[in-house]
Amino acid sequence: MAKSIEVTDLDIYYGDFLAVEGVSMRIAARSVTALIGPSGCGKSTFLRSLNRMHEVVPGARVRGTVAVDGQSLYDAGVDPVEVRRQIGMVFQRPNPFPTMSIYDNVLAGSRLNNRRIARAEADDVVERALRGANLWEEVKDRLGKPGKDLSGGQQQRLCIARAIAVQPQVLLMDEPCSALDPISTAAIEALIDDLKRDYTIVIVTHNMQQAARVSQETAFFSLAGAGRPGRLVEMNPTNKVFSSPDHAETEAYVSGRFG
Amino acid sequence: MTDVLFGATQPHFARLVVRKARLPQWAPTLVAAVAVVAASLIGLALGWSLIAIAACAAVVQVVTLPVWSALVENRRAAVDRLATSLVWVALALAVVPLVSLLQQVIALGAREIDGEFLTWSMRNVVGDGGGIYHAAVGTVLITVAATAISVPLGLLSAIYLVEYGGTSRVASGLRFLVDVMTGIPSIVAGLFAYAVFAMLLGPGIHLGIGGAVALSLLMVPIVVRSAEEMLKLVPIELREASYALGVRKWRTVWHVVLPTARAGILTGVTLAVARVVGETAPLLIIAGATDSVNTNLFAGQMESLPVFIYYSYTQPGLNPEHAQGHAWGAALVLITIVVLLNLVARFLGRLPALMPRRRR
Repeated sequence: MAKSIEVTDLDIYYGDFLAVEGVSMRIAARSVTALIGPSGCGKSTFLRSLNRMHEVVPGARVRGTVAVDGQSLYDAGVDPVEVRRQIGMVFQRPNPFPTMSIYDNVLAGSRLNNRRIARAEADDVVERALRGANLWEEVKDRLGKPGKDLSGGQQQRLCIARAIAVQPQVLLMDEPCSALDPISTAAIEALIDDLKRDYTIVIVTHNMQQAARVSQETAFFSLAGAGRPGRLVEMNPTNKVFSSPDHAETEAYVSGRFG
Repeated sequence: MTDVLFGATQPHFARLVVRKARLPQWAPTLVAAVAVVAASLIGLALGWSLIAIAACAAVVQVVTLPVWSALVENRRAAVDRLATSLVWVALALAVVPLVSLLQQVIALGAREIDGEFLTWSMRNVVGDGGGIYHAAVGTVLITVAATAISVPLGLLSAIYLVEYGGTSRVASGLRFLVDVMTGIPSIVAGLFAYAVFAMLLGPGIHLGIGGAVALSLLMVPIVVRSAEEMLKLVPIELREASYALGVRKWRTVWHVVLPTARAGILTGVTLAVARVVGETAPLLIIAGATDSVNTNLFAGQMESLPVFIYYSYTQPGLNPEHAQGHAWGAALVLITIVVLLNLVARFLGRLPALMPRRRR
């Protein structure tokens, strides 16, 4: 079910402000692609444009194309809601629904869309998603408890379970570990490694070691200065980006000279 | 400064943490007790009124404690004591009328309340007897109808303002109008409701539903404002989480945002109800007054507790003492309703947002 993503000459605007300029890249299926770069370089904005989440901000729009397995996401007549059903997202801060139990959180994707599912099937979906998110053993005896009662790392894995329960083609992760402690981070990274067998994963991270650990490809974003649009500097296999990058700017960033 | 922080030798630090003389913790209480006792003794001896005694005690407190503090402690502490004493006196001043009002209503109202008072109307009652049943029924019906009108209107407006309107011109216009509506005098709401119903059904009209319309004019802005604040408190992350699952906006609002803000919205609604349940003027104009039980909002005059109190006091009839007793009894019932509503609001506000619809 995993799909590749082809981005061509993508400009992203907030109103009149050009936030990201001229990005072209190919994201391979069943692999982890890391987006790194200094704050404000537009990597989160770019990530959110991959499932049309940036449109939640009034005035946001794009130029250029994003195609998932040849199907353009920004064609007229494409429903952003349908796009988001195919391309799931995990956010920086764990955000389980506070009014729902663990069980209901996992099923939120179907329940909120008013999809009727039989009891046995629902139980099955919940178990599969929680196992997929490496959370099943920890919560199987308290599925009726509020999702908010879990620890931060568990909440984030619950959010991942919620995202994969609807069986998306692609999973976007916006700094999924930046609010977590090292042990929870290790758990999530192990999970990302498992998930890449079934999903195409794009992860934004501020942590270069994390990018090096989990990703096969790394894209380095930067910006020429404050108020200037962010741009893609280079995209290469991760070990090349961290050992012998094509650009001096990338070299400077990954070796810790700026950013 | 650097010297004190980093290059300091022992004596520096010793001077920094030196303890100063302090009044004991019970000092303010002691001074207050002495002030009250002294003022009472002097007052009783000279035949002062209760108010004069209280004022005297307050002055003694405000003067004595700072002076004592200035003698033992230092200037800053004395000023602090003075300010604290003034704050306490102000608090007492604010609480006194409230307590005395409650005490008055309970003292005069409690003895009226019995089975007959609560279950009889005033129909064909001349002189003694009768009760407030007709007024209580009217108040409940009118308030429930007003709530039924205002909550959907107010809640939907708030949803528009927070989720759809944003900073658009329509939204800021609406916000401005709601602010203006908050300040509408209740009598104007009553006149407006009367004008509307008189236009539709002819002059001289009195209807319970008209009272509900008038009260809802007063309730809607309160509901909009409180619901708007509550909806704003729902983190944007929850909305995004829902969108990211491919959930449509209205379903997100309905199934994620509203349940999360539920407790706060219910509290706001309850407080709005408590605010209008005692309105008199609009009901006098449009709902009218009657001695009989009327359970039909859409026909005939309908009594309500505030109107009952008003007429019992201003037009007491054959037995003024009895009628005025009735007024106090009805006032106690009304206050009890308001207190109960406030308690309900507190309870709802404290309920955890969580209420799993389906458990396993």
